[in-house]
Amino acid sequence: MCIAFPGKIISIDADNFALIDIGGTRREVSLDLIDQEVAVGDYVIAHAGYALHKVDEEQAKQDLAFLQELIDNEIY
Amino acid sequence: MKYIDEYRDPALAKALLGRIEKAARGLDRNVSVMEVCGSHTQAIGRYGIRKLLPENIRLISGPGCPVCVTSIHDVDLAISLAARPGVIFATFGDMLRVPGTGSASLQKLRAEGADIRVVASPLDCITLARDNPDKQVIFMGIGFETTSPTVGAMVMRARTLGIANVSVFSVHKVIPPAMQALIHDPAIRIDGFLCPGHVSIVIGAAAYTFLAEAGKPAVITGFEPIDVLEGILMILEQLVEQRPAVAIQYARGVAPEGNAKARAVLEEVFTTRDAQWRGLGTIPASGLVFTDVYQAFDALRRFDVPEIHSIEVKGCCCGDVLRGAILPDECPLFGRGCTPVNPVGPCMVSGEGSCAAYYKYR
Repeated sequence: MCIAFPGKIISIDADNFALIDIGGTRREVSLDLIDQEVAVGDYVIAHAGYALHKVDEEQAKQDLAFLQELIDNEIY
Repeated sequence: MKYIDEYRDPALAKALLGRIEKAARGLDRNVSVMEVCGSHTQAIGRYGIRKLLPENIRLISGPGCPVCVTSIHDVDLAISLAARPGVIFATFGDMLRVPGTGSASLQKLRAEGADIRVVASPLDCITLARDNPDKQVIFMGIGFETTSPTVGAMVMRARTLGIANVSVFSVHKVIPPAMQALIHDPAIRIDGFLCPGHVSIVIGAAAYTFLAEAGKPAVITGFEPIDVLEGILMILEQLVEQRPAVAIQYARGVAPEGNAKARAVLEEVFTTRDAQWRGLGTIPASGLVFTDVYQAFDALRRFDVPEIHSIEVKGCCCGDVLRGAILPDECPLFGRGCTPVNPVGPCMVSGEGSCAAYYKYR
């Protein structure tokens, strides 16, 4: 039930709703619950009609790079 | 899809499994890891993770499926509310087929003519209420801390907009008290927890400190196969090093401090009280009811609900499955009297119920 997906913000309207694209599917989500600044192009994790979190792109990149490095160095 | 495909990379999975095997050898004993989130249960089943793990690492499902932990009495109350004339009953889809007393369900009630709508967001209730001013819209408020802020925000919006014909039947629950109950249950031994990624978006890492203090690794984990494998590895490494802590595997999705705005909405709209969980009994301060300011939105206050004597289904072991006391296929009804097509208990109904996941991916 807590299923939630990362979607890219396409537009934001005056009523604080954003149109997001989740792998080609477009959904309207409220930004009333998110506590970070978001803008068009950001990825947000959305659940039940609300965006709850802005994906930390830098963190995501670092984490993947870290895992990849472990493989490349055959540490894993 | 960005932020999804990268976390399904077979080469990464293989590497992580190698590391897990190494850690498991270092432990030289049986280890039980519990996931407390239906989406983890689904991911573990879908990607066959249980079978990939070393023999001494056992994954058990906890009370992470909101539909499953809802007591049969609450299911009966929902059916009673939905059967009232002049009511539009709105609910998330996975509640429809959950059996109440005498195998009644919202789905059967709908077939008999009740106006029951499946919605994807609590916000849909505002539209429903506006479009149907002569009807009372009742929303089934179900779910953990990921979902309850969305219901709280909807109710705040309804109040601001002056929409009076909407109310909520809240069976919302909070997760940490249930985990607290599990670690104190002498019949269950859990060595570490995969903590729910999306609940943690809201409650943050500090909510699990009590687990680390009790010597249990607690790793907030995402939902793709790489996430789950890395979460398991982090738990095992903590066990090897004997340094139990709260850690975040799902750092792209969860800030350590959680989402303060969503928590503020929860605090504004809801207050906790003791709640009945299927399988776990009554857990103190684990259910959400409306605060004084928002009591007008409480469906149980707005409508007279008759006293209902609920009767559990005979032979159903959902309670034991939800506590992690038995595995789904250890229930005598599993796959015989109880299948996803004809479910006896809620764990076989919801796609994220552990019985349904076991059945689908066995």
